[in-house]
Amino acid sequence: MSPLLAMFVTERLVHLSGVDVAVIVFYFGLVLAIGWYLKGQANTGEDFFMAGREMTAWVAGLSFLSANLGALELMGWAGSAYQYGILATHWYWIGAIPAMLFLALVMMPFYYISKTHSVPGYLKLRFGEPARALSAVSFAFMTVLMSGVNMFAMAKVMQIVLGWDINFSIWVSSLTVAIYVSLGGLRSAIFNEVLQFFLIWAGALLIPILGLYEAGGWGNLKIQIAQRASEQYVHLWSGLGHFNANPMGIHWTGIVFGLGAVLSMGYWTTDFLVVQRILAAKDIRSAEMAPIIGAGFKMLVPLIVILPGLIGLAVLPIKLVPESLAVNGAHSYNDVLPLMLARYCGPGLLGLGITALIAGFMSGMAGNVSAFTTVWTYDIYRPLINSKGSDSHYVKMGRWTTIVGVIISIGTAYLVMQFASIMDYVQALFSFFIAPLFGTVILGMLWKRATNAGGFWGLLCGTLSSISMWAWVKLDPTALRYVALSSDAKALAQDMYQALWSFIVCVTVTVVVSLATKPKPTSELAGLVYGETDIPAIGDVPFYEKPLFWAGVVVVGFFILNIIFW
Amino acid sequence: MVSIWFFIGLSLLVNGVLILAAGLYQLVHPPAEITIQLYSLHANVWWGALMLLIGLVYTIAYMPKRHASR
Repeated sequence: MSPLLAMFVTERLVHLSGVDVAVIVFYFGLVLAIGWYLKGQANTGEDFFMAGREMTAWVAGLSFLSANLGALELMGWAGSAYQYGILATHWYWIGAIPAMLFLALVMMPFYYISKTHSVPGYLKLRFGEPARALSAVSFAFMTVLMSGVNMFAMAKVMQIVLGWDINFSIWVSSLTVAIYVSLGGLRSAIFNEVLQFFLIWAGALLIPILGLYEAGGWGNLKIQIAQRASEQYVHLWSGLGHFNANPMGIHWTGIVFGLGAVLSMGYWTTDFLVVQRILAAKDIRSAEMAPIIGAGFKMLVPLIVILPGLIGLAVLPIKLVPESLAVNGAHSYNDVLPLMLARYCGPGLLGLGITALIAGFMSGMAGNVSAFTTVWTYDIYRPLINSKGSDSHYVKMGRWTTIVGVIISIGTAYLVMQFASIMDYVQALFSFFIAPLFGTVILGMLWKRATNAGGFWGLLCGTLSSISMWAWVKLDPTALRYVALSSDAKALAQDMYQALWSFIVCVTVTVVVSLATKPKPTSELAGLVYGETDIPAIGDVPFYEKPLFWAGVVVVGFFILNIIFW
Repeated sequence: MVSIWFFIGLSLLVNGVLILAAGLYQLVHPPAEITIQLYSLHANVWWGALMLLIGLVYTIAYMPKRHASR
């Protein structure tokens, strides 16, 4: 090791061999090479911000999923599985699959037909400039914070596993992302996300395979978990009848209505980070198929995220603790995935596993940065600061915004270090902005009577109500019994109910204000609202190429899995 | 434009070669101290070989001169 590198290295969980280093270096080289190769393909605004709108369903679908398969997915949810058991799977199944299918079959046609560049761009068309400005500013704020979360998580893994200094990891990874996204724009981000999707699976799938082998199969694993924790750690639904009958302290209403009907719908259908990938699809059928393909793979992600956490609960000789107690060599819940990696992976495989983690972190970061760049350029800079620039001027602005966005994210990474739990923090953020946004967008798409004033005030009141509830519980923890319906509720349960209430506030205010204000002329709603839009036909294709058929297949799989792990 | 699937194939191929080589080296020269669980399964040999095989198929199928479309 060079003296320079040694300065940044402290205690470590594993030692990398030469071949491990070669695997990691090859990955960094390849993503930079892809960015360099694609820089010539990002000369116009459509190319740089929308990847030319020419992605196939598979590329858009895998990118859609991969942009979400970041640091929080890999490390945070493996840690949550260790902490809460199989209940964490709800965030992958009921907390994702219905929303992804809803996006594909109901909402995608409106996004696609309106040819908007972004979700705030749709709000501009439907509710006017104030709604767009509010949504764009809150999204930009959330996105750089999320990007900071990703950076911090990656740097923590590098510190635990390799002993690298947190600052060193943050700067190396963020500069790499800044280079390849600023060179190739969204196309470069999408290409690398699909590459990262395969690397994540190649690097992480061995852990559950070897872990189940060591535990003696799923049946024996359940017995060991019941002995070390509780039988409820391996049941998805049977413990949700009462708040204190499950490890998460949540009721089934919170999971079904807060998570399934509001929070996940908000995230998967209105978070521009993921929706942007679908907007890059080459035609309407690809745009509808992409979230369905993503949903199919999403159902399998618990294999490489939740199962390692459960296996860790059964086989690790040490007991993991909350982040706030992880001092003096103790490991936190969030460390379970790297610990499992170190447990099973020898030379080469360890490098691949580390690469999978880095790839996950970088895809999450790149997704945030590319979405931030588009929203800043098209929804804040162009309408509010400089509306007369040329196309090449906005592309140039996009490239610089990528770099500035990364720098702001680095700042937020240091901010994130002050919070005890990464996951709880991010869930709180989601409920601030995402749940009310879903209320505004869905009413805009499905209810002709919704007016500009209704959309704006509904979104504003929903967001403020969510922030107020969060602040209320922070200042007075006993308020939890009102916000989350039980004083037994944990942080994640609180977020579910906060999302539900803020959605209801948003919808109520939107409806009341809309009914009190003048309706929009029907001519202004064409292509934006159900009933005033001609949805283009998919075309004369066999049944097995129709989005509806594959959505049905995913639904059947979804029910079977929930019943098996009931 | 080079297909994205070519890059994925190349990545799996190169990583497969590296991991398989490391596994085969360990078979010939077992480490003095075994620090991982289930070492006897030699996961890096069969996992590396699988990656190499899939990577080879994708790299050849989407080689830039053979396959122009994405």
